[in-house]
Amino acid sequence: MNRYTPRTLVLEVAMIAVAAVFAFPVYVLINLAVRAPSDTSSPIRPTTAPTLENFTQAWQEAGLGGALINSVLVTAASVLIVLAVSSLAAYPLARSTARWSRGTFLLIMLGLILPFQLASLPLYQTVRDLGLLGSVWSLILFYSGLQVPFTTFLYAGFLRALPRDFEDAASIDGCAPLQAFRYVVFPMLKPITVTALVLNAVGIWNDFFTPLLYLSGSDQQTMPVAVAGFVGQFVSDWNLIFAALLISIVPVLAVYLALQRSIINGFAGGLKG
Amino acid sequence: MVPALSLFAFVVLVPSARGVYYAFTDWDGLDPEFVFVGLRNFTEMASDPDALRAVWHTLLVAVAVTVLQNGFGLLLALGVNTAIKSRDVLRVLLFAPAVVTPIVTAYLWRNLLGPDGAVNSLLGAVGLASWRQDWLGDPDLALWMVVLVVVWQFAGYSMVIFLAGLQSIPREIYEAAAIDGSGPVRRFWSIVRPLLAPAITINLMLSIIGGIKLFDQVYALTGGGPGHATDTISTLIYKDAFTLGEFGYSIALAVVLTVIVAVVSAGQYTVLSRNERAAS
Repeated sequence: MNRYTPRTLVLEVAMIAVAAVFAFPVYVLINLAVRAPSDTSSPIRPTTAPTLENFTQAWQEAGLGGALINSVLVTAASVLIVLAVSSLAAYPLARSTARWSRGTFLLIMLGLILPFQLASLPLYQTVRDLGLLGSVWSLILFYSGLQVPFTTFLYAGFLRALPRDFEDAASIDGCAPLQAFRYVVFPMLKPITVTALVLNAVGIWNDFFTPLLYLSGSDQQTMPVAVAGFVGQFVSDWNLIFAALLISIVPVLAVYLALQRSIINGFAGGLKG
Repeated sequence: MVPALSLFAFVVLVPSARGVYYAFTDWDGLDPEFVFVGLRNFTEMASDPDALRAVWHTLLVAVAVTVLQNGFGLLLALGVNTAIKSRDVLRVLLFAPAVVTPIVTAYLWRNLLGPDGAVNSLLGAVGLASWRQDWLGDPDLALWMVVLVVVWQFAGYSMVIFLAGLQSIPREIYEAAAIDGSGPVRRFWSIVRPLLAPAITINLMLSIIGGIKLFDQVYALTGGGPGHATDTISTLIYKDAFTLGEFGYSIALAVVLTVIVAVVSAGQYTVLSRNERAAS
């Protein structure tokens, strides 16, 4: 398995060819984003006179700056809240064997099955009546609740496999339960916290359905709705649209490339739970 | 525990319960007064060709995505989990689409698959000009294009999970099998497959549930069209509520979606956990 044989070389070439097919859409994306609208040559031919004009125009007209700030705010706040409340909830649920504990856990796990489509319309009414339509704060509130079941599930699974000796020692030393959680248990949860952070952050950043419902038409937009609104407005001006798409992808890919090891392990990490 | 429970109750539990109730009313989303109509929304659905087709499309897409995404993801994982020199770069590259916003990649593909798009240009360039067509405009093809886009985006996700499973198999086991004289296919089927059971479970659950709830890609690629050729339950829920104002009917569709998700997850969980036990 470790030796590099002629067959390995054939495999290597085949895999690189597959990867090239995978990357083809990205090549076209960049190629057309730097092309002036007057250039109507084939989309696969390299652009001869690249320009950055599409980017400046897309940035200004799509309001991507504000959307970027909103997306960062919504993602960061929601992830922080959901990690804090879910880890705190998972701890007693994983440790206590009382009947209420098992019942509460099952109730929360019900949330893994309920699709958001079911809750979304009644929630739309509530949000409208509270006057919170079009506000990123309502979005933070939703994600904080929506992501509780999945995050609690991850933490509880991990906690069940974690020995209780350290907490017992801490409590014998006179540590209050909440203190023991903060200083003894939570640091040991780091691997699953990384997984939960990565999965929640990517999921919330990329979510489109929720902001489409609650932020549509408002001036507070997240990246996905801002991009969708822009596409709707500039229907067939694809060079401009591609510039906007590329702008929205760059922050995601930059974070991905910088933290690729943690991110890939985070996605694969649910496996060990 | 109290904060988590209150958030969960406010955002998920209470609205879902209210949703189930609204499914039996003629609520239009605005009027505070609405009438309990019993099963009318559901009987209407049973004779609504658009709704029935949306259910069929949803199941078809979920199954097709699950099979193709995992089949392809497994092949990629097996290819990357070898001695090739580009393995680390390939892993990062092939997984990259999975972190990018689905609505954004779907808009990109809408252009690629258009009549003057890059896919047709590419076909022309390699001498397959006769294959060129309006991929998203053909009602028989459009749904498969949705599947293609989802598989392109998430095959790397399946790959990463399979890869984690493959890497947890001790090298000695392969070597012992190779010494015993079993061929690669035999080794895969008898050794790798049973040990991959947990990865298979997670992958199948993720892709089938994701496929059933599919919304973003359809919204961006076709908007459910041409006609209703690519509408899924989720896109129909959105249209019925926000363009037609039929909230009650729309929520009845959401109830159907919930039942499908629940039945499929329960069924899949039972079958797969039996397999996992059998494998261990």
